[in-house]
Amino acid sequence: MQYLLMLHFPPGHGPQEGTPEFDAEMKRWGELNDELREAGVLVAVSGLHVDAVTTVRAPGGDLAVTDGPYAETKEILFSFYVISVPDLDAATSWAAKMPSAEYGSVEVRPMVDQLT
Amino acid sequence: MSAAAGALERAYRDERAAVLATVTRRLDGDLALAEDVVQDAFVAAAVEWDRRGVPDRPGAWLTTTAWRKALDRLRHDRVAAAHAPDLVQPVSYDPEHDFERSSVDDDQLRMLFTCCHPALAAEARMALTLRSVAGLTVPEIARAFLSSESAMERRLVRARAKITTARIPFRVPPDELLSDRLAGVMRVVYLIYTEGHVATHGDAPVRGDLCDEAIRLARLLARLMPDEADALGLLAFLLLTDARRAARLDPDGSFVSLEEQDRGHWDAERIGDGVAVLDRALRLGRPGPYVVQAAIAALHAQAPAWEATDWPQIAALYAELARFDASPVVAINRAVAVGLAEGPVAGLEILDGLGADPRLDRYQPLFAARAELLRRAGDAAGAAAAYTQAIELSGNDAERAALERRRDSVA
Repeated sequence: MQYLLMLHFPPGHGPQEGTPEFDAEMKRWGELNDELREAGVLVAVSGLHVDAVTTVRAPGGDLAVTDGPYAETKEILFSFYVISVPDLDAATSWAAKMPSAEYGSVEVRPMVDQLT
Repeated sequence: MSAAAGALERAYRDERAAVLATVTRRLDGDLALAEDVVQDAFVAAAVEWDRRGVPDRPGAWLTTTAWRKALDRLRHDRVAAAHAPDLVQPVSYDPEHDFERSSVDDDQLRMLFTCCHPALAAEARMALTLRSVAGLTVPEIARAFLSSESAMERRLVRARAKITTARIPFRVPPDELLSDRLAGVMRVVYLIYTEGHVATHGDAPVRGDLCDEAIRLARLLARLMPDEADALGLLAFLLLTDARRAARLDPDGSFVSLEEQDRGHWDAERIGDGVAVLDRALRLGRPGPYVVQAAIAALHAQAPAWEATDWPQIAALYAELARFDASPVVAINRAVAVGLAEGPVAGLEILDGLGADPRLDRYQPLFAARAELLRRAGDAAGAAAAYTQAIELSGNDAERAALERRRDSVA
């Protein structure tokens, strides 16, 4: 079963770039990604640029391209993982290891189709 | 009633939960499908048993029939076709083994943990546990929660669909999750009890059917996990609390405080039962929060009169309980016990410390406790004012009536 983990954090929370706490967290992300790879569960992962988002809507076929949502919103989506694990308990225990779970949230969504 | 109809009714009452749990395990935790095919099996039984006679082992017959229906559905369901081949194994079903006591017990325990999984909404956990473990019907559960049948059915369908779709595992959790999850299961059973004991809404202050179901569930959990002190503690706590049920309401339906209850109306047999279970829990060591609460309830149950209650011991147990549970309820109960053990001033000092928390500005039990201690300290005006605040914040007619009587007695 594959799960999409969507990582959010509220702006202003968590370590700030350029601080030792930030560097320590980056190291933890690296170790976590290695652990996911070694366990054979990692399907995809990437961080996301949070300040260059574009939204597209086409109500009634009329294309509307807009800037945003902006980084000032309540919770920013800044990264995602796709993992392949047997069940929800396994997915949530990986989610709990995300350093940002300490100050943000990790949304765990079962996927309809399985990525290869 | 025909023999077949009687047997069907008995099977529905006594064996449905076991059949459902077994079929759910065989379907790899797909509770939504299991629920449907078990229902189908009962429909088939209504026809077949009348025509061909009641089978020797109704539970095994129902399990086999439900399992066949599940395979039929999976074969016909193209969406599920992807995992159907795993299920269609020639020797995958063994009615003899499945109906051994230990196997039925294991499946019941798995069902309990699955229904109480933290990824489900709290209300859904209670409803699902009552449906799939306790075996209540949807109309019964809807009545118990004062909900419409269609709303309750939707809640159950949504919860089962989540179990299947998100793949909540059908199992007793592994060691690293067990204590958290067991606490979650006990919480659900406890909430079912309190929902019956102090109905949070509506006119009926005590709904005994929910209390009885919660005690049955606690008994099941204590039997399935006999080495877990707190599972025994929960059963003891519910039995000892429930022993007072008949004395908690007066003929008008008003709540009667513990102090004013007629102890002659307490259920001595239940108290004996509860104390025996508590003793077993205490012998296991490592007492958890429910064991401590049971010990408090036992001290109340064994006191011949309110004045003869062992308040110092109860105050000490509340201090112990506060280590597990930092909630204001525990702190307030401790303050009252200290007030009775050492004098009202000592209790009021503890309440004053809590009063600084702005979240408790409108917390009814705090005002009720303060009123009680002020009354004992001889501050009639202060007590009456605190009773008035407690009355304004009460959401339950019977509780409000009891507080009004107390206020009138100090005025």
